[in-house]
Amino acid sequence: MSQLYDNKTVYDVRDLNLWYGNDQALKNINMKINKNEVTAIIGPSGCGKSTFIKTLNRMIENIPSVRTEGEILYHGINIFDKIMRVEELRTRVGMVFQKPNPFPKSIYENVLYGPKIHGVKDKASLEEILETSLKSAALWDEVKDRLHDNAYGLSGGQQQRLCIARALAVQPDVILMDEPTSALDPIATAKIEELIDSLKADYSISIVTHSMQQAGRISDKTAFFLMGELVEFGNTEVIFSNPRDKRTEDYITGRFG
Amino acid sequence: MILEQTLNKNEMKDLERNSKVQIDKKRIERRILINKIAKVIFSLSLVFALIVLAILLYRIGSQSIGWLNGGFLTRNLSIFPEKAGIKGAIIGSVMLMMIVIPVTFLVGVSTAIYLEEYASKSKIQDFIRINISNLASVPSVIFGLLGLAFFGRLLNLGSSILAGGLTLSLLVRPIVVVSSQEAIKAVPNFLREASYGMGASKWTTIRKVVLPVAIPGILTGAILSISRAIGETAPLVVLGIPALIMKVPTSIMDDFTALPIQIYYWTLDTVLTPEYANLAAATIIVLLVTLFLMNAIAIIIRNKSQKSY
Repeated sequence: MSQLYDNKTVYDVRDLNLWYGNDQALKNINMKINKNEVTAIIGPSGCGKSTFIKTLNRMIENIPSVRTEGEILYHGINIFDKIMRVEELRTRVGMVFQKPNPFPKSIYENVLYGPKIHGVKDKASLEEILETSLKSAALWDEVKDRLHDNAYGLSGGQQQRLCIARALAVQPDVILMDEPTSALDPIATAKIEELIDSLKADYSISIVTHSMQQAGRISDKTAFFLMGELVEFGNTEVIFSNPRDKRTEDYITGRFG
Repeated sequence: MILEQTLNKNEMKDLERNSKVQIDKKRIERRILINKIAKVIFSLSLVFALIVLAILLYRIGSQSIGWLNGGFLTRNLSIFPEKAGIKGAIIGSVMLMMIVIPVTFLVGVSTAIYLEEYASKSKIQDFIRINISNLASVPSVIFGLLGLAFFGRLLNLGSSILAGGLTLSLLVRPIVVVSSQEAIKAVPNFLREASYGMGASKWTTIRKVVLPVAIPGILTGAILSISRAIGETAPLVVLGIPALIMKVPTSIMDDFTALPIQIYYWTLDTVLTPEYANLAAATIIVLLVTLFLMNAIAIIIRNKSQKSY
């Protein structure tokens, strides 16, 4: 059977299974992540949603006992394949973490960390990347006069937007976000959500979130995970208004989780 | 009890009515007393240590008066006490450190990076880790014997500065490894993740993220270990550093003497020439001042770099 390569698909996950030692954390996951869409991943704590998103850039392999089966095709290439270098994958697939994690360096150094390690030396190019990344992350106006101040002087919300700018500076194709607003106050959260909406035009975004309202507000597709299984996956409006599975309905209406 | 003065009997009864824990006033008084006694005992043990140190400092301080001067630092060794100086020992110690510092630092930090960042967490690795900590408590005379057998005899380096430096570096390396491991471990994992997440390799992450954060801790440990190496005597004695050497060393293959060795031999010879005791005391002052300065630098670096994430 020939697999037609569909250029709308960025990620095609096929029969993915994952174990931590003997505990199976992901069971037979099949789903697609599309270009220029926001895919939200929801589910109760411990359902495997963070594990799943960290598998997409193989970050999960930093945990020694992890074992995977199945395929994740990224633009048609299996990311577990030997020809796929993990460094290359992570250059194309950026990640924003739960807790803002800037380096203890200046704002300038933080944003340009990625470009510099990937060999950009030309000062004009660096300055340009700095400005566009910070502008895309809606942080430029707030920091343009103190680019050489330490990033730890920023507020939590600003730090998280700096981390987004830092991810954008590598000019990735996909941005994975692991509960990026869970450590932020409502105003900072609103700013990040607005930002995600504007980034959609240029990037494919996959976001793990604890908040169903957030998933409803920002995503095109929603995947509902429960105990390592992908219970339901589809258009966000459908999932929220007319879920097929009883468990999805129970979770969304707040009957558990 | 204070409460009885402000509350009347009925109120007092009301207060204690539901309490299963009855307040025993004698018990409370006794515990307060025990606490006071404990405090006195603990502070006395500190005072004891301080008194011993003070007596020592007074003894060597008064003995070295008149002997410790510019000439003492710049003169060569002599069999006449009033003409003797420690120029040779100072140069010997400095050259020794020029071997110890780079060798210990490079090998020690590399070992720590390997153990913390590259080695997988297996039982064998744990075994190695524990044994490195154990090495730190092996008596220094045993390291001296190892140095004598390996560097002195097998590699035929004799009792040169190179042999002494390599031996001392073996002795203090476990301290550097353990303290560097602690410093590397203290670098929060989310910083590494941020770097990996942008496609950085392990080495890039170590070089650009882990080491810059860990370096103050690593330096603190390194300086403390070097100040230990400066004061070590036993391994050098075992290596066969000569008792009396007039020549100032010019290369790392020369025989030499170092500050602690000088103290040791002058103290031994006090029986024949009582004035040597004053020379030893003056040398002790020089060594102590050096050590205090180094430890002070280590503390300053540590305090300056205390960061919160």
